[in-house]
Amino acid sequence: MSRCLTDRSIDHVVLERGEVGNSWKTERWDSLRLLTPNWQSRLPGFGYDGSDPDGYRTMPETIAFIDRYAEEISAPVRTHTRVSSVAPRDGGYAIATSEGDWQCRTVVIATGACNMPSVPEVTETVPSSIATLTPFCYRNPGQVAEGGVLVVGASATGTQIAEEIQRSGRPVMLSVGEHVRVPRVYRGRDIKWWMDKAGVLDERYDQIDDIERARKVPSLQLAGSPERRTVDLNALTRIGVQLVGRIAGIQNGKAQFSGSLRNLCTLADLKMNRLLDRIDQWSAENGFDGEVDPPHRFEATVVEASPPLGIDLVRHGIRTILWATGFRPDLSWLHVPVFDRKGRIRHDGGVVEAPGVYLMGMPFLRRRKSSLIDGAADDARDLSAHLASFLDHRR
Amino acid sequence: MATTKTPVDNGVNVQALLGAREALKKTPEGAQFQWRATCSWVYGTHSRTTIKKYFGLGQEQQHKTEFSFDTDHPEVFASEDKGATPVELVLAGLAGCLTAGVASVAQMREIQLRSVTATLEAGMDILGILGADSDVRNGFDGIKVTYRIDADATPAEIQALVAQSQKRSAVYDIITNPTNVTVEVV
Repeated sequence: MSRCLTDRSIDHVVLERGEVGNSWKTERWDSLRLLTPNWQSRLPGFGYDGSDPDGYRTMPETIAFIDRYAEEISAPVRTHTRVSSVAPRDGGYAIATSEGDWQCRTVVIATGACNMPSVPEVTETVPSSIATLTPFCYRNPGQVAEGGVLVVGASATGTQIAEEIQRSGRPVMLSVGEHVRVPRVYRGRDIKWWMDKAGVLDERYDQIDDIERARKVPSLQLAGSPERRTVDLNALTRIGVQLVGRIAGIQNGKAQFSGSLRNLCTLADLKMNRLLDRIDQWSAENGFDGEVDPPHRFEATVVEASPPLGIDLVRHGIRTILWATGFRPDLSWLHVPVFDRKGRIRHDGGVVEAPGVYLMGMPFLRRRKSSLIDGAADDARDLSAHLASFLDHRR
Repeated sequence: MATTKTPVDNGVNVQALLGAREALKKTPEGAQFQWRATCSWVYGTHSRTTIKKYFGLGQEQQHKTEFSFDTDHPEVFASEDKGATPVELVLAGLAGCLTAGVASVAQMREIQLRSVTATLEAGMDILGILGADSDVRNGFDGIKVTYRIDADATPAEIQALVAQSQKRSAVYDIITNPTNVTVEVV
């Protein structure tokens, strides 16, 4: 967005609570790599120029990439400037920060969708002898007590961490709710390559049947590994992870799991196959079949006949529970009446209901790719154009 | 995969359901429903449950007629078999809920149904309810539902109907997840 505003000669500052790339530096686990291949982080006028376009950036590489971009575009970043309040004033907005106050006519909220781990209420009844972790404080298996680990949540975060902890010798039980299964590689190409080529990632928010539902779809079960491993539930079962249903409650030290595991796995298998059907159809229609491997389907998710519905956590040897149950934004500093009854910002594709306020980087904000680094360019172009015309009309 | 030109009609008013969904999103207090049943003991293990009134859309509502369900136990339990067992009515509830879901989802997805049948089987070790073995739970040890569906759709689309119906089913949720139950004597 800063780049687009500069291109339009719109005076602006970028306020950053810490350093450039702060959440990548401080809120990620050690082994994490980006889930999108290197070639796919295309920022306005800036992209990957290394020798491994199909690889996945490590965190230090990701931070260096963002740092380099900030430098390249001479972004007017004010680091270590924490915003404590944004409130309407004099037809614009008053911004209070740890480094003094600002008055501005427009505000772009680019703080992201993942400011805080979202942890279910059942955490309150976890027995005191069991440690609880969130992805924000988890760094590596070394900090996890020897013994069993219950990982709750089977989207990108939960599946990656479950794999790493299981491989460290700590037996993992994985509580599986709604999830989105995809293979890392299909017909010899990265799934993200297919989704990009076939236009899946470019689908717009105003062309989708039920945008509210689309915005709540969990992250794809993907990992970025040098071997391009698929980390789906079958892969986890093969290394010894035990699958159980969505956690329904913990009472007197007993965890209860929903009996819906089988259906959630069926739903995910069917959804994956619909995506693969779409890819196959696109490939055939666009003459790609000669360049890639033939179509095939993956084994259905294997669910044991009677997955456990409840366990006594301590007796079962669970020493740690890791909540990989999603993230939520922290907008407690935004004192503008734009929230719906569930605390979400009301907006139309990032154009927030309050005049001059814009939102970026949220799931399916304007396009399916909006929450990806690769999605920022198109959204910033659209929203900066809207912002510029807003300023023109106010002159 | 609707290949026929005749409009799909499974007898489900999807427009009304979609309308209600949009309206209730704006007035979520109207979405608070309360379901009720009244039960009287008849004799032995025979009871009769009647269902008439409920609350929803902000006011008292009632069914067009009062529905009555007799429950009893069969003769192998030394009972008089004046009605289905309560656990069988649970199966009826699950089957009714899932099948209503199949019809609704099919209508929404413009899939014409020709026939839908479900067979339900639920295992139970009655040493639990007899109090003969405290390690055995009282309830089912599992429920198996088998659907046979004839419809204008591919096998994957039919599977997706049944999966989506489970995802949106109240009775499926009630059975697969715990619910707090408070029983009082007044």
